[in-house]
Order: sequence, then structure tokens, then C-alpha cells
Amino acid sequence: MKKLTAAMVAVAGVAFAAAASAATLDDVKAKGHIQCGVSQGLPGFSNADDSGNWTGLDVDMCRAVAAAVFGDSNAVKFTPLSAKQRFTALASGEVDILSRNTTWTMTRDTQLGLNFAGVNYYDGQGMMVPTSLGVTSALELDGANICTNTGTTTELNITDYFRANGMSFNLVAFEKADEVVAAYDAGRCDVYTTDRSGLAAQRGKLTAPDSHMVLSEIISKEPLGPVVRQGDDQWFNIVRWSLNAMINAEEMGVSSANVNNLKFDGSITPAVARLIGKEGNFGEELGLSNDWAYNILMQVGNYAESYEANVTPLGLARGVNALWSDGGILYAAPIR
Amino acid sequence: MRTNSISSLIYDSKVRGYFFQTIILLALSASIWWLIDNTVTNLADRGKTVGFGFLGENAGFQISATLGTWLFDYNVGQSSYLDVYFIGITNTFLVAILGIAGATVLGFTIGIMRLSQNFIIRAFATVYVELLRNLPLLLQLFFWYFAVLRALPSKRDKIEIIPDAVAMNITGLYLPAPIVESGFMYTVIAFFIAIAMTFALRAWALKRQSETGQRFPVFWTAIGIIISLTTLTFWLSGSPMNWSFPEFKTTGAILRRGFQSGSGMVLVPEMLAVWLALTLYTAAFIAEIVRAGILAVAKGQTEAAYSIGMRPGMTLRLIVIPQALRVIIPPLTSQYLNLTKNSSLAVAIAYPELVSIFAGTALNQVGKEIEMIFMMMMVYLTFSIATAAFMNWFNARVKLVER
Repeated sequence: MKKLTAAMVAVAGVAFAAAASAATLDDVKAKGHIQCGVSQGLPGFSNADDSGNWTGLDVDMCRAVAAAVFGDSNAVKFTPLSAKQRFTALASGEVDILSRNTTWTMTRDTQLGLNFAGVNYYDGQGMMVPTSLGVTSALELDGANICTNTGTTTELNITDYFRANGMSFNLVAFEKADEVVAAYDAGRCDVYTTDRSGLAAQRGKLTAPDSHMVLSEIISKEPLGPVVRQGDDQWFNIVRWSLNAMINAEEMGVSSANVNNLKFDGSITPAVARLIGKEGNFGEELGLSNDWAYNILMQVGNYAESYEANVTPLGLARGVNALWSDGGILYAAPIR
Repeated sequence: MRTNSISSLIYDSKVRGYFFQTIILLALSASIWWLIDNTVTNLADRGKTVGFGFLGENAGFQISATLGTWLFDYNVGQSSYLDVYFIGITNTFLVAILGIAGATVLGFTIGIMRLSQNFIIRAFATVYVELLRNLPLLLQLFFWYFAVLRALPSKRDKIEIIPDAVAMNITGLYLPAPIVESGFMYTVIAFFIAIAMTFALRAWALKRQSETGQRFPVFWTAIGIIISLTTLTFWLSGSPMNWSFPEFKTTGAILRRGFQSGSGMVLVPEMLAVWLALTLYTAAFIAEIVRAGILAVAKGQTEAAYSIGMRPGMTLRLIVIPQALRVIIPPLTSQYLNLTKNSSLAVAIAYPELVSIFAGTALNQVGKEIEMIFMMMMVYLTFSIATAAFMNWFNARVKLVER
């Protein structure tokens, strides 16, 4: 009933949200913080510790926007959302940004009335199996029981993959990741499938993490990124350029360690000067102050810092998420 | 003296009534219009359209094999979202109906046990009620699901309940599946004819008793008629039914060992856990209702029955229970409605009911929140109103007839 009530409240929210709520920036400034939709606990991306502090790559995205808007990366409150609540929560205005390892797909852009502000992690769906199963390829999984989360792209991907390969399977779809892990751990399923980052993050929750292996097949493209409502271009730009600023800063070698020195350094390149607000008025064009990106870098850091603090401990190398100049596909439009 | 001036709005009770009711009606219509207009504007702002066209589109995701998928012959890529809706409804109703049946039987038993003269029976029932009704249902659901999962043998092992026919492991309870052939219809017809005959028999027996005072063993005769007529027809029409037994393999690739899909019938552990949790939880409430109902019948009724020579069993059946039912039925109806609505919690443990697959998976693919939540609410509303209507009819039948 709880979930049902939440959904109905969300519907009512769509009905009641004032028609003129387009200017998210004004609303956010009026309430003094950003409401950020995150996962219910995915280590490395959005996870709360014992004292309720949220950390992770997706959390840093929201902190960056808060730093850009308020000059304070702590001016953000988090709403843990299940996969199926998330879009309704965003559409109804319950959250201002959805930064919850959410895959960018065409349907979500068109039918759901959302806008993806960019990609902060390139992922792909993978499968984990117990090593005792003796399986080395996903093509040997005909007839398997598969556990996953409901309300995500994973249900469709796995169905597509098995259909394309003429294999049958039985799907057991839970609402929350914790139950998926518990059921897989108990042996209800032969396979646990989700994004590979998720597999790496959840693996630590298994009783014997070493007796499970991730199969080499990557069965889908999962570009994960922050999402905003359609129809508010200014807010969309703020989120998009907060992400771009973090990626550009890594490329330029600007980090939380040196950004303060660079501000008083006369010999910086014009690109760095534009980034940290010494040249031009890019911040004002966004409706913010010109030190917006400086605040992000000072308080949150660049993309590499966030990645190394949050994702590297899971054992996930940069891989495709390295900068384009380092052989990856991370490429941000220039600030100019 | 009547006046048509403006003061009649205050002093003429009839005019005043109409005046204020009109204002309230206008205000209500304006709010509703504002709400609808706001919704439409907001949806348009976000580039979303309103409509039920999505129901014809094909659903591209797999659904766990359950009664619903079997009944509607679910095929990924060929079945529509409307099929998903019906599968969700079927699975919701399945646990609701099974839960209502289970909770009623268990609840009546525990309720009567609470009034037992035997201390152990009474204490057991009290502990049961206090424990089960005071723990949140969602926790019980998780407890039963994971307790059941952990207790069962792995997928490649089994516990046999009836050798080669009924067995269980972590993937579910396996039963033989009936495979019906063409001539089976006659047996079904014979069964219904037999039931009609027992009603006729009962009417005849009652009439004879009121005329002659002689009693007739209706119950046992009825059982005899139903069994013999059905079995005879089944046998005469050439036994048109076979059983598909669950097949268990212990050789071959490790993944493919265990029960083979397509053989026998499986009840998934998610469904068993939901049924168990709903039954045990609601039974605790029903037990209290039953106890209250029985205690509400004055002691003098029992004493009067004994004084005219009735035995205890007969007293309970003919004197106490009919009167207790008058107290029991209305709150019992509420429990049935609660159980149905509580079944939506099953989404937490992967049972593919309405909230899970339609308002969950399908909603996520289609994004028509308002239409889909509305359709879902209509299902719960319809089912609850139908249950309430039936119970009200039953209540009217058992209530005290005043002469």
C-alpha cells in the first residue's frame, strides 16, 4: 500500500504543481536548497553511510549543481527513489534533478517528458553467476532463472538478448536492489543481471563475493546521466554545464587542489580563465554568478577526483569512462 | 409574509438553502475544473499526451510464469500492455481469493481456539493473535519469503512430498498438471448437474421435515451424488484427462539440472510467500472478530438450547454461530477488503501482480502515470465494491429476521 500511496501522491502532485513552475532555478533559490533524487543505496554512485551522509558519483553531480547555484555544495537534500518512482517524482516536481544511475533512452526523452543533461557514466548491462554453475558465456544460459530490478531498462535488455539468441528464461523482478541481491544470494536465481557498475557495487553484499563471477558479455549500452524536466532550458543548461565543467576541468588539469592557486595565477590559459570565471561572464549567462565552476571545482572537484573517490574503490577501472584524450569516450563541449 | 428583497437570502430558509448550495456547487466545479485544466496544462508543458492508445502496443519484457501468464498465453513481443493489465489483475485476484479463503478458515479456527477450555490451546491462539497482528505486514512478507527461500533445498535438489508427483525446492512447489482432452466437458456438466440435484434434494428434505418431522441425511447423500455422478461420467466418457508430472533431471549441464520447464505445474515461492503472509496476518484479525462475535451471543441462549436437550455441537451450529455471524460479518468484510488491498505489497518480493507489472514495469516503459494509476485504482475499487456487495447480501441473509 505504501508504494501505491506514493504513486497516487505523485499523480496528485502532477495535478497540483502550479502551471507556472517552469523556472526551477527561481524555485530552488526560494527554498534555499536543491532536492536531488538518488538511488536507495548503490555504493559508488549514491549511497548513504551510517550517519546519513550521501556519497557517490551521482551524489557529486547534485553537489556540483548546488555549488554552482548557491556556492555551497551542501545546499542539497536527497530523496532516495526506487527505479519505478523516479520519473514520477521528477515529473511532479518532488525533486529538481534526478541523478540516479538512469539510462538515457529515446522513450524517456520523448514519451516521459524528460531531458537528459548529459552522461556522467557510460555503462553496459552485465550478468553475474555463481562460479559453481560452470558457465563461461551468457550463451549457455538457456532456461536460467534471472533476478533483476523492476522498472528499469534491464528487464527489456535481458528479454531482447534472450529472444535474439533463441533462448528461454524466467524473470524474477524485485522492486528494490537489496531484495534482488538477497534472493540471488539465497539461490532463487542462477543469474543476477543489472548494469555492470551495479554488479560491482552490489557484489560486496553477497555472503561469498569470491564465489561469483561477472560474465564477459555486455548486452546493452547504458549511458547514465542526470535528468531534468522538459520545458525549462535554463535549469537544463545549469545541470548540463555543471557536468561539462567537471569533465573539462579534468582535461585542463584543474582540480580542487590547484583551482585556488590558479585563480591568482596570471599565467593561466584563456580556457582555464573562462572555466574559473576570470574571463567572460559565462556564469551570468546561465543565471548564476561567474565563479560557478570555481565553486564546483573547489568544493566537489573535477570528474577524475569524483571518480577516483567513489567508483575506483569498487574495482572499476576508468575504461570507456576515461577522457577522449586518454582513449575513452568522455568528451565535453568547450566552455567558450 | 414573504419578501423578494435581498434580505430573503438570509431570512428565508428555503432561498438561503438554495443560495448557499449553489455557491458551494460553483466553488466545487471551479476547483475540479482548475485541477483538470492544471493537469492538462502541466502535461502539455512536458510534452506528454493523454490517452489509452498505449494499451495496444506490444510489451517487450518477460513476466515470471504464473497463473496470469498461462491464462493469457503471454508472449514477449506479441502480447500487448492490455494483456499485461489482465495478467496483473489475474495474479492479484488469485492471491486475494486464496488469501481470503485461507484467512477465513484459519481465522475461525484460531478464534474458536481462543475460547477453548484447554489452557494450551487457548494460550497458543492468544500468542498467535498478539504476535501476528502486531507486526507490520511488509516485514512479515519479507520474513516468510526469505525464511521460505533459505529453508528450501537448492534448484538442483528437492524435497519430495509425494514421490514423483509433488516436490519442492527453492524455485517453487511442483505439482502434476492436468491436461484436459476434448470429452472433459461432459464431466464438468455432470458436476454442475450433481450440484443442482443436491439443492433440489435439500428443498425436498426440508419440506418433508416440516410436514412429517422426519429428518434426512442431506449432507452425506449430497456428497455421494456429486462424487458418484462426476466419476461415472468421467469414466464413461473415456477418462479424457491426463496428468503431466514434473520432470527432474540430475544429469547434464549444471544449469539445466533440476525441474524442467514445461513439465508439471509450478507455484513460484513468491506467490506462496504472499499467500502465507496475507493469510497468517489477516487470520489474526479475523480470529478476534470471531471471538467477539461468539462472546456477543448471550450465555442464556446456550443454556436455553441445553435445557431443551440440544447437544453442544448442535448448539454451536444452530444457536450460537447463526447469531454470532450477525456480529461477525460486517467487520469480516472490512478484513477481506484490507487483504485485497494489502496484496499490492507483493511488489516487494517479485510476485507479478497488478502494482508490480502494470503500475511498475509497464508504467516505466510507457510513462502514462495518470491513465495507468487510474486503471489500477479502478480494479481495486471494482473488486472491493464487489466483495462488499456480496458480503452485504450475505449479511442481509443472516441477520436477525424480525417478525
